[in-house]
Amino acid sequence: MNYSHFVLPFTIGLIVLLAYMLVRFGVWIYKLDSDDKQRILKNIFSIKSLQAIKEIFTESLLHRNIFKTNKVLGYMHMSLAFGWLLLIIGGHIQTWIFYDRLSNPIYIPIFFEYFVHNKAGMLFGEVLTFTMDLILLFILTGVALAYFKRFYSKLFGMKKTTNLKLGDKFALASLWLIFPLRLLAESTAASLHNTGGFLTQNFGNFISGLIPVSFFEPVFWWAYSISLGVFFLSLPFSRYMHIPTELLLIALRKWGVKSKETFDAFADVELHACSRCGICIDPCQMSSTGISKKTPASYFLKSVRDKETNSYDALNCLMCGRCEDKCPVGITTTNQRLAQRINLANERQGDFSYLKDLNYQIKTDVVYFAGCMSHLTPGITRSMIKIFRKAKVNYWFMDEDGSACCGRPQKLAGNLEAMKQLMDFNKKRIVESGAKTIVTSCPICYKVFSEDYKLEIEVLHHTQYLNRLVEQKLLPVQADSKKVVYHDPCELGRGAGIYDEPRKLLTHVATLVATKHEKQDSLCCGGSLGNLEIEAANRSLIAKDVVDELSKPNPDVIATACPLCKKTFIKVSSVQVLDIAELIAMSIPEKNEKSGERKKITVLQEELV
Amino acid sequence: MSKFGFTINKPRVIDYDLADKRVLNYVLKNEPSFNLCIFCGSCTATCSAGNFTDFNIRKLKMFIRRGLVEEIGTEADKCMLCGKCFLVCPRGVNNRNIVLKVREALTKIESHEL
Amino acid sequence: MNKKVVVIGGGITGMEASVQLSALGYSVTILEKEGQLGGHLKDWTVLFPNLRKGNEIVSFLEHGLELQEVNIIYNSKINEIKKINKHYEIILDKQKSITADAILVATGFDLFDAHRKEEFGYGIYENVITSYDLEKIFAQKGEIKTPSGIKPKRIGFIHCVGSRDEKVNNHYCSNVCCVTGVKQAMELKTLIPDAEIFNFYMDMRMFDTHFEELYLESQKKYGINFIRGRLSEANETIDKRIVIKVEDTLTSRPLKMTVDMMVLLVGMEPSKGTKEIANLLNLKMRESGFLKPEDDHTMSNVSNMAGVFFAGTCSGPMSIKYTFTDARAAVTKINCFLKEYELQNRILVN
Ligand SMILES: Cc1cc2nc3c(=O)[nH]c(=O)nc-3n(C[C@H](O)[C@H](O)[C@H](O)COP(=O)(O)OP(=O)(O)OC[C@H]3O[C@@H](n4cnc5c(N)ncnc54)[C@H](O)[C@@H]3O)c2cc1C
Ligand code: SF4
Ligand code: SF4
Ligand code: SF4
Ligand code: SF4
Ligand code: SF4
Repeated sequence: MNYSHFVLPFTIGLIVLLAYMLVRFGVWIYKLDSDDKQRILKNIFSIKSLQAIKEIFTESLLHRNIFKTNKVLGYMHMSLAFGWLLLIIGGHIQTWIFYDRLSNPIYIPIFFEYFVHNKAGMLFGEVLTFTMDLILLFILTGVALAYFKRFYSKLFGMKKTTNLKLGDKFALASLWLIFPLRLLAESTAASLHNTGGFLTQNFGNFISGLIPVSFFEPVFWWAYSISLGVFFLSLPFSRYMHIPTELLLIALRKWGVKSKETFDAFADVELHACSRCGICIDPCQMSSTGISKKTPASYFLKSVRDKETNSYDALNCLMCGRCEDKCPVGITTTNQRLAQRINLANERQGDFSYLKDLNYQIKTDVVYFAGCMSHLTPGITRSMIKIFRKAKVNYWFMDEDGSACCGRPQKLAGNLEAMKQLMDFNKKRIVESGAKTIVTSCPICYKVFSEDYKLEIEVLHHTQYLNRLVEQKLLPVQADSKKVVYHDPCELGRGAGIYDEPRKLLTHVATLVATKHEKQDSLCCGGSLGNLEIEAANRSLIAKDVVDELSKPNPDVIATACPLCKKTFIKVSSVQVLDIAELIAMSIPEKNEKSGERKKITVLQEELV
Repeated sequence: MSKFGFTINKPRVIDYDLADKRVLNYVLKNEPSFNLCIFCGSCTATCSAGNFTDFNIRKLKMFIRRGLVEEIGTEADKCMLCGKCFLVCPRGVNNRNIVLKVREALTKIESHEL
Repeated sequence: MNKKVVVIGGGITGMEASVQLSALGYSVTILEKEGQLGGHLKDWTVLFPNLRKGNEIVSFLEHGLELQEVNIIYNSKINEIKKINKHYEIILDKQKSITADAILVATGFDLFDAHRKEEFGYGIYENVITSYDLEKIFAQKGEIKTPSGIKPKRIGFIHCVGSRDEKVNNHYCSNVCCVTGVKQAMELKTLIPDAEIFNFYMDMRMFDTHFEELYLESQKKYGINFIRGRLSEANETIDKRIVIKVEDTLTSRPLKMTVDMMVLLVGMEPSKGTKEIANLLNLKMRESGFLKPEDDHTMSNVSNMAGVFFAGTCSGPMSIKYTFTDARAAVTKINCFLKEYELQNRILVN
């Protein structure tokens, strides 16, 4: 006996689902640009694919990343995903051994207990039955947790759970029923044929005293098969589509496909790989401060999937990257937001034809570009000038009398065309100066110089540059007993991965104490240029929170490395706020100061003007 | 099509009864901080674009307030969105978003949506 | 036994109120955290609106203290204030404590710390000073020199520094700095007749009667220039002069001006001492941090705690004239309270 009608819902569901996914994945891959396709071709038959499988195993099945954030949630996901896979593998092994052949109808491994009643003489029969029961129990504990989570989501350390659509409801209901029904089906079968393991046999014997099992056994098998079929059929219309999509995403990433700022097929894969787990909600300060509950990536990505994005929501985000850092699926949430901004941008992006050649005949080694904001923090620019002079650097203060903006704010507003105009203007001036290095005091400028300008010279943020000067002993500094905490600016830290140089620098001149929010976990000051909608008062609300956190170790100084962070903090802080450049400039021993020096500087300045 | 730049042959009197409030109302609705401006001029003084060209963000806003939409032409296109003006504004006026919203309003006027 | 009133803060407000309370027969103690009385007044050399010398007012107040018996505890630090039935127990350091039937809070204001407006360059550029620093320069007598040591030919005054500024969280107007700017401009002009003086303002707020006349006089007799534009940022030239960047809003054009010295007209903030006392007594504060009366019209000196009153600049910026008036008004209120007059029971009906 190898067939029964009840297998149909499962079999049809599975075949339809596989066909659907084949088409869906095919279209996605087809739509990738040719460079990306080349990358895939190059890597698909390489070690990269094995790495992809490994990552699928650790992330999609073991859910290592969710484990890191939340153990209970991680266990829940793991028991369901990994447990289910084990059941499938176990089912196949049983089938292979029992039928002694490799190819069998696809439903047999799933409904093995229905078809096989005589395991006597089957190799490892007992062991496998026991193992399969153990796996089922493992999954059922996860399902129990999932029930529990629906009703008590606080237990999982998450304040809000995302809302459900119709497709989700079907998928969720069927998913929740699958394993309890399997338990009932296998248990009733066990009680009839005495073939169960420790779980199904005992449970079967128990329910045989309560219900007429011979009547219910086929009912449960039907129900089990239907629940599987419904789950497979509703999956493409539900959030669970993220599961297969994530597998593709992992593979694409391993094959070298990268997220771009504009919306492409890869971005679409990412978009559909979002599990709406909600892990990105809590770290979002727009949400935690109550300014905008709609901002977190989870909701935004949903609005994009549902084609309900609007410019207000797209622009009302700090672009701080805190969500991206925490996302267990590795979705590039800031690029996703940027892509929508680009889509929604107005055709009038700006016209900078007024930027005329300045005809500066400047030749220099180092270009210093302070950045627009730094002009409002003369403490920073003056410190940099002092340092350049102390270290006897041949530098040119490119935007001393103001300059065209670096272009990053345009990009953050989705105006790529306008950004290009500004970049072209600045780039020409930088290249013509003949410099080998450009140093900037602003992390926003740093990001665009290093990522978009495609400069052939070295781009450094001043923390990197100063660290080099100090380590190469080109700049004398004196340690101080000041207690300092460091705030990582978003664009410098998460945005550009510069965490170490600022810290190294600070330990040269002060006592650096840690806070609860270091490196990737640092908070956004609230001043962000990325948010074009937020009200001034709400910026201060965020800033106040952050300053309170940073002030907890009772520091003498809150140090940062961004003029915008500095200005944002000063508004609300009772602790002194300084840029690292200022702390370094202050720590240069005074005794080296010669009275003749000022004259020399004057000459230098005049040469420049 | 609107005229480019500030026109030379302006009528002598601002006839407020003829004010074109479409841009004003659109901006007010989408960026309420427009209402907070006290026209102190700090934004214009610090403006990065104003460093290079005759661009006056405060005056632009004043013209919109007075309904002189004809006269603002392509002024709003000169802003670089650098954000300096916000950092000096004593009233917390979100000038960058105002610029974006003015451009939006003008596009909508051109396509007869406003 | 005389009822006891404790006055916290010995500025003009505290001094005048103490004298008046004592004259009414109360036993009065002033708790002053500094080693001397007078508060900010001792730092002003010449006063608006009539250019009288500041210390004349101090002697006037001191004369009052001589006439009336008032206990003064200098260098006092209040650790705790307990309410016991209808009295207050004020615990000072060294475990000393005094009881009070009523408390008058007269803890005054702090000057805005101009370092917080980094773009104005105070503490960074040598020749940027505050109105307070200028008073110190006036007090030294002799020739007026910039911090760099030259005789200034051109001076710029910047209005509204630390007031009316969302960027430092002070939304209110400090009331006295416009007129201070006019007064100081006139003084400078008297001392350096060939100097050019410019006041950069958003609005000229000559808020008291006869202040407008001072403004008029500064133009008529002294030729002070007024430019309507708020400073966005300042720069320093090689020879340490200051470049002022504003928009000349009346010509609608950005304006740059190099001056030898730039004076920041710093505003008032609720003093640290005020905040401390407010916390100890659970007094209501406005969003600005100044003390909040029970009713803005009818209860101006009355706090939310029975028996606790306040007067002077701890409740908001005011000039000397209003400080006196406010101190005396508070005394009347305290007297009513301690004598339990019937009119104490009046209430507002909406
Ligand atoms: C730049 C400037 C110039 C001015 N020039 C003039 C002028 O020319 N003419 C004019 O009419 N007005 C002028 N004023 C206003 C004038 O200074 C004030 O009206 C007056 O000083 C207010 O007095 P006060 O007693 O309320 O406060 P304060 O002078 O501040 O006195 C408060 C006192 O309380 C003490 N204190 C504070 N906290 C505590 C505590 N917790 N415990 C104990 N003691 C405490 C302080 O030490 C201080 O002695 C000027 C103000 C400024 C800012
Ligand atoms: S973006 Fe990432 S963290 Fe946020 S809901 Fe989606 S998968 Fe979860
Ligand atoms: S980038 Fe920052 S503000 Fe934007 S959604 Fe993510 S966490 Fe929230
Ligand atoms: S700085 Fe602010 S208040 Fe002043 S004119 Fe500009 S927008 Fe208006
Ligand atoms: S954002 Fe625009 S208006 Fe504001 S300072 Fe920059 S260029 Fe000028
Ligand atoms: S008194 Fe004048 S200078 Fe002072 S805050 Fe008010 S308007 Fe500004």
